[in-house]
Amino acid sequence: MSKQENIQNKRKRMKKRIVSQVGNNVGANILPIVVKIVLLGMLDAMSLYGAFALLMQHKWVVLGLLLVGTGVINWIYWRSHGLAAKYLAPGIVLLLIFQLFAISYSAYIAFTNYGTGHNGTKEVAITALMQSSLVKKEDSPKYPLSVAKCGADYSFIVQDSEEQLLVGDNTQPLHHIDGTRNADGTIHSSQLQNCKVLNFSQILQDQSAIVSLSVPVSTNPNDGVLRTSDGQTASAYISTFRYDKSSDTMIDTKTHEQYRDNGTGAFVNDAGVALQPGWRVNVGFQNFIRLFTVKELQQPFLRVLLWTIEFSVLSVLTTFILGLFLAITLNDDRMKFRRLYRSILILPYAFPAFLSALVWAGMLNEKFGFINQVVFHGTEIPWLHAPTLAKIAVIVVNLWLGFPYMFLVCMGALQSIPHDLVEAATLDGASRWKIFRYITFPLLLVSVAPLLISSFAMNFNNFNLIYMLTAGGPVQTGSSMNIGSTDILISMVYKIAFVGANRDYGLASAFSIIIFLVVGLVSAISFKATKSLEELN
Amino acid sequence: MEVFSTRRIMAIIAAASTIALGLSACSSGNTSDTSSSESKNATITVWADADHTAALKDVASSFTKSTGINVKVIQKDLGSVQKDLITQVPAGQGPDIAIGPNDWTGLLATDGVIQPIDLGDAQSDFEKVSIDAFNYQGKIYALPYSIENVALVRNTKLAPNAPTSWDDMVNTAKQANAKYPYLLQIGDQGDAYTMYPVQTSFGSSVFAQNSDGSYDAKNLTIGNEQGKAFASWLSEQAKEGILSTSITADIALSKFEAGESPYIITGPWNIPALKKAGLNVAVSAIPSAGGQPAQPFVGVNGFFLSSQTKNKIAATNFLTNYVGTEKVQEALYKAGGLPPALSSAFEKVAEDDFVKGFEEAGKTGVPMPNVTEMSAVWQSWNNAEVSIVNQQGDPTQIWDNMSGEIQKTINK
Repeated sequence: MSKQENIQNKRKRMKKRIVSQVGNNVGANILPIVVKIVLLGMLDAMSLYGAFALLMQHKWVVLGLLLVGTGVINWIYWRSHGLAAKYLAPGIVLLLIFQLFAISYSAYIAFTNYGTGHNGTKEVAITALMQSSLVKKEDSPKYPLSVAKCGADYSFIVQDSEEQLLVGDNTQPLHHIDGTRNADGTIHSSQLQNCKVLNFSQILQDQSAIVSLSVPVSTNPNDGVLRTSDGQTASAYISTFRYDKSSDTMIDTKTHEQYRDNGTGAFVNDAGVALQPGWRVNVGFQNFIRLFTVKELQQPFLRVLLWTIEFSVLSVLTTFILGLFLAITLNDDRMKFRRLYRSILILPYAFPAFLSALVWAGMLNEKFGFINQVVFHGTEIPWLHAPTLAKIAVIVVNLWLGFPYMFLVCMGALQSIPHDLVEAATLDGASRWKIFRYITFPLLLVSVAPLLISSFAMNFNNFNLIYMLTAGGPVQTGSSMNIGSTDILISMVYKIAFVGANRDYGLASAFSIIIFLVVGLVSAISFKATKSLEELN
Repeated sequence: MEVFSTRRIMAIIAAASTIALGLSACSSGNTSDTSSSESKNATITVWADADHTAALKDVASSFTKSTGINVKVIQKDLGSVQKDLITQVPAGQGPDIAIGPNDWTGLLATDGVIQPIDLGDAQSDFEKVSIDAFNYQGKIYALPYSIENVALVRNTKLAPNAPTSWDDMVNTAKQANAKYPYLLQIGDQGDAYTMYPVQTSFGSSVFAQNSDGSYDAKNLTIGNEQGKAFASWLSEQAKEGILSTSITADIALSKFEAGESPYIITGPWNIPALKKAGLNVAVSAIPSAGGQPAQPFVGVNGFFLSSQTKNKIAATNFLTNYVGTEKVQEALYKAGGLPPALSSAFEKVAEDDFVKGFEEAGKTGVPMPNVTEMSAVWQSWNNAEVSIVNQQGDPTQIWDNMSGEIQKTINK
């Protein structure tokens, strides 16, 4: 069989399959396939649009991922089989974008010095250094400026105080020419044959080239260079730094001192002085090493880690105990208005937690708060100022916010426990406590234990509560890091990364990785432990 | 016939959510920079806060008419402007110009996302304090447009005249049977900013100032004897129950509205709320508690120029020849309510009694420091004041520790 025939056969077979597919679906219903075509068409159109945008920005990696991703999604949904993949695909896309990407990006940042002073690429740093190294010569006049295009290059034509014309470009210093300059910037001169004087809108067309033009005022470099920032006037500047590309050093033009790229993401001189801004570089495990060895970091870190664990464990225990107690009470048939009570008990859970935390912060105010004024008859208890009291306050407020959830899950779990088990135990003469201890509670734990673990993980990162209630305070004087008694790891990470002017995203990411490991480890161990509970059934 | 079996519906929902994800995934890649130097007309992008976006759009349209340069004003939350400048400018996606307060200058310059602006001769047309405020390491980094500082606001029903001295203020309050001689917010986190005029009246400043108006971050002066005198005063006022960390900004304002004190030290941002509450208020300079002039921090808002702008000429023209003019500065005053930084525009609006009062208080003011070292200072400073007010130790000792701490952080 020739190759062509082969292809033709294949095509025929494909056509048949599509026809039969469409036919089958028409038989069943046309709507789902139309919806499918429309939705996938929209996806493809959007990703095509995105692909072009990425193409223009030369973002090859993202472009590749987008195309592969779109291709895979299309393949999954156009296949007639592989139903499982059709259900799993959205979840997996979600997982990839929102979880794996976030985790791997944090992990990547944790190994860099990304933060204040190490914010962008080396190119950005060099541009900014050169911009800020330009110093205007104080005695320099502000020259009226015309920009001319002479051949492929730009020239500056300026008028000095005696209305004499001067011309120069990047290589040629300013020199006199004959001619006159009109108020609108046009030039009449016989000496500028192959030059075209630009009007303002032409200047705007190539702004980057014109602002980077530096025309030596004279052959003496100490006279500086003419530069413009508005395209209409020019002044003489002296650069305090010069970048030498071949040796990759910044050179102080006055002292000739060299600042080298020493691999730490900045130009540093022999005395160890670094120029700001620097740039982002990979620093290996340095952030992690700092975390465990630098005293100013290590002490607050360990203190905060301990408190975070205390806080999460106590939060889970207190909310669980109260929730369980209320669930058992309200599960008793002899109780009247059970539904009403249940609805009321869920209210703290229904109210946004960050708002509740703010309200609580107001109620706990030492002088004017409701708690001290009304409940304690005007006693000024420093709920949020004394370290231990603040910790207690945080736990109590979290108990208020968290017990309805535990109440709900315990309620559900209790109702699912078969009544005959309890009845059988009662017939056997077991006391109420024993029934609870040996029958109800273990069975309850089977379904509730995983939720307790997730509640632990949630409280471990309960940023809202801490931030809104105490903002981590009170801070004891003597701690240089502004870390307070109620700061948990995640609020500490926030302070390191986003508060103040010395932001350290690298260190904050290293902290996040540690949090991830702790939560992961605790969850893994607990899940393993709960497996043994399941064997009860 | 079962049109939508559960299975089918599930499959459709699954497909739809996948598409939604696909959309969200690629939408992040679509925010391309439209300001290309190749386009026929240059377009500059300006990030502004909600208060000024509309006013800027107005003035921008007449700028476009006269120069042909398009101006795209994008409204952003002021808090996210700083964060987004830091992350997006190095990626080449930031704006050409962004609005911001002067205390960002050090951080933005250290991150290499802004560049100095050549104001040329126009520099002398602005209030000196507003230029000093954007002076970082000898260069001016923004075109200023507004000035703000705290002053003494009084309830004219309880205190008809501006106090001539601190004692006069306290006496007037006593005669009016007020619960507090004056209200000064602190809160659990401390508020060294609002407290600063009182501190400076003891002769205590944070850093020494260079002759050109910029701060000398290497010369920390906060821990000297004058500083300790202020710390002792702070502790005494707290003992008398006048100062308390329980008095947050909200509580201070509501107590003032309730007439519990004839005086409050606060900024122009609270005037609209006080007017709304139906209070007759007047503004004047803050009397000196310690004998020397009370110098509040003067915060200045301005327009920063991105270090990565591809439209420097267009952007510089917009700023120096347009935003720096009287007409535009006045328009921005009307929109934001803060006194303009351009002297001629300032004089015009200074006829307003409130503006005049704040100006009087700000006459002795010093620019809000813009050096990055300041963030270390704020934290320790606020914490120390909170500790002193809460009587958690000897005030001079706490003040001394704070100074040592700040010095240690700065030396790092």
